[in-house]
Amino acid sequence: MSDYIVLSYWDVMLAAVFLVLNGVLSLALNLGLERQLLIASSRMVVQLLAVGLVLKAIFAISSPWLTLLVATVMCIIAGREVWARQERRLAGKWGFGIGAGAMAAAGMIVTLVALTTQIQPDPWWSPRFALPLFGMILGNAMTGISLGVDTLTTTLYRERLAIEARLLLGSSRWEAITPFTRRALRSGFTPIINSMAVVGVVSLPGMMTGQILSGVDPTEAVKYQLLVMFLIGGATGLGVLSAVLANIWRLTDDRHRLRLDRLASRS
Amino acid sequence: MGASGAGKSLFLRAIADLDPNDGEALVDGTARSKMPAFEWRRRVALVPAESGWWADNVVEHFVPGLADTTMLEALGVPADALGWAVSRLSSGERHRLAIIRALSRKPKAILLEEPSASLDAKSTTLLESVLRDELARGTAILLITHDPAQADRLARRTLMMADGRIAEGQGVAK
Repeated sequence: MSDYIVLSYWDVMLAAVFLVLNGVLSLALNLGLERQLLIASSRMVVQLLAVGLVLKAIFAISSPWLTLLVATVMCIIAGREVWARQERRLAGKWGFGIGAGAMAAAGMIVTLVALTTQIQPDPWWSPRFALPLFGMILGNAMTGISLGVDTLTTTLYRERLAIEARLLLGSSRWEAITPFTRRALRSGFTPIINSMAVVGVVSLPGMMTGQILSGVDPTEAVKYQLLVMFLIGGATGLGVLSAVLANIWRLTDDRHRLRLDRLASRS
Repeated sequence: MGASGAGKSLFLRAIADLDPNDGEALVDGTARSKMPAFEWRRRVALVPAESGWWADNVVEHFVPGLADTTMLEALGVPADALGWAVSRLSSGERHRLAIIRALSRKPKAILLEEPSASLDAKSTTLLESVLRDELARGTAILLITHDPAQADRLARRTLMMADGRIAEGQGVAK
């Protein structure tokens, strides 16, 4: 890492010039985007500066319990995000619980296995490795799960006549919903499949770019990126599958009925 | 029979166990609660007013080998309709095919929700004669209609519903 170039805050501010230019253009052309641009970029600056300080402190304290606490908070925020992105969601605690639970379970299992068998930092729970890894996995699983579950609930709602027709002809609840399950799983898997298909050709992932910029040998950076992509793919798949199946279980019952009454009413 | 909103459709849905309900129903002396819901629905077939279609082509909605072309003829649906796309069907054809779809599975009882609402006079006559054949074969039929004349023609018993209750069971012998 001999050629690692330390950025000054001045360098960072210079990079923002183009974004400011966008704001000016928006004002000049009356596009009405300047407010949102300003808010979003301010949020980004504050959030990232804060997280830098928080991570620095957490790395310094280096306690397994604090690491677990931070991971839990991340799960709760991601769970809320999944919940908020649903057009139709399960009523009550299930709406939040299934998404957050599936994400936490898939993310934690995959992260734990990666930390203990592949990366093996010392100690294995070292926040310096655990938290960024968990964050990347969680962020991707979140996108997949919210897409998959959203597709499921909107499709079940729209296709309830077709589903009930199959139930009435003597199908079990799993048979009756199969085509819609498949559709939901496909939409949950699409982002990760797309990003695996074009990685390195169309896009260079941020993590790898970061490593290369900070002086790591590209072939080494690639190894890390492959590891991370495998983990992300695995965790997203497990998370989408379990969240979609749990939602189907909740939206049907043991008498093989479609229970759309368990969706929260939209206000 | 009964006014719109009296609970006729909900009553049929409850019998088919499509909505949670506290009641019990029997077919051939076997209680509904003693068998899985899909077994029950294979014996007691509900054809709702609005039929549901889950695949693009008509034939995909029939169990292979069970598609009964004599039934198509009997109900006045073109014999090649099984090969059509669902999107091509008229509402009357859709409804008749939904009835055929249910009957071809040989249920013990049929629950019909306004079966002739989208049919012309000729198709209605055909449908009623098919239903009479089913009755003769020993199939039980529970039918919702807004047409007193149809009730007169078909029914052995007429039940009136109001405010979610069966108000009077007029035993019309026929």
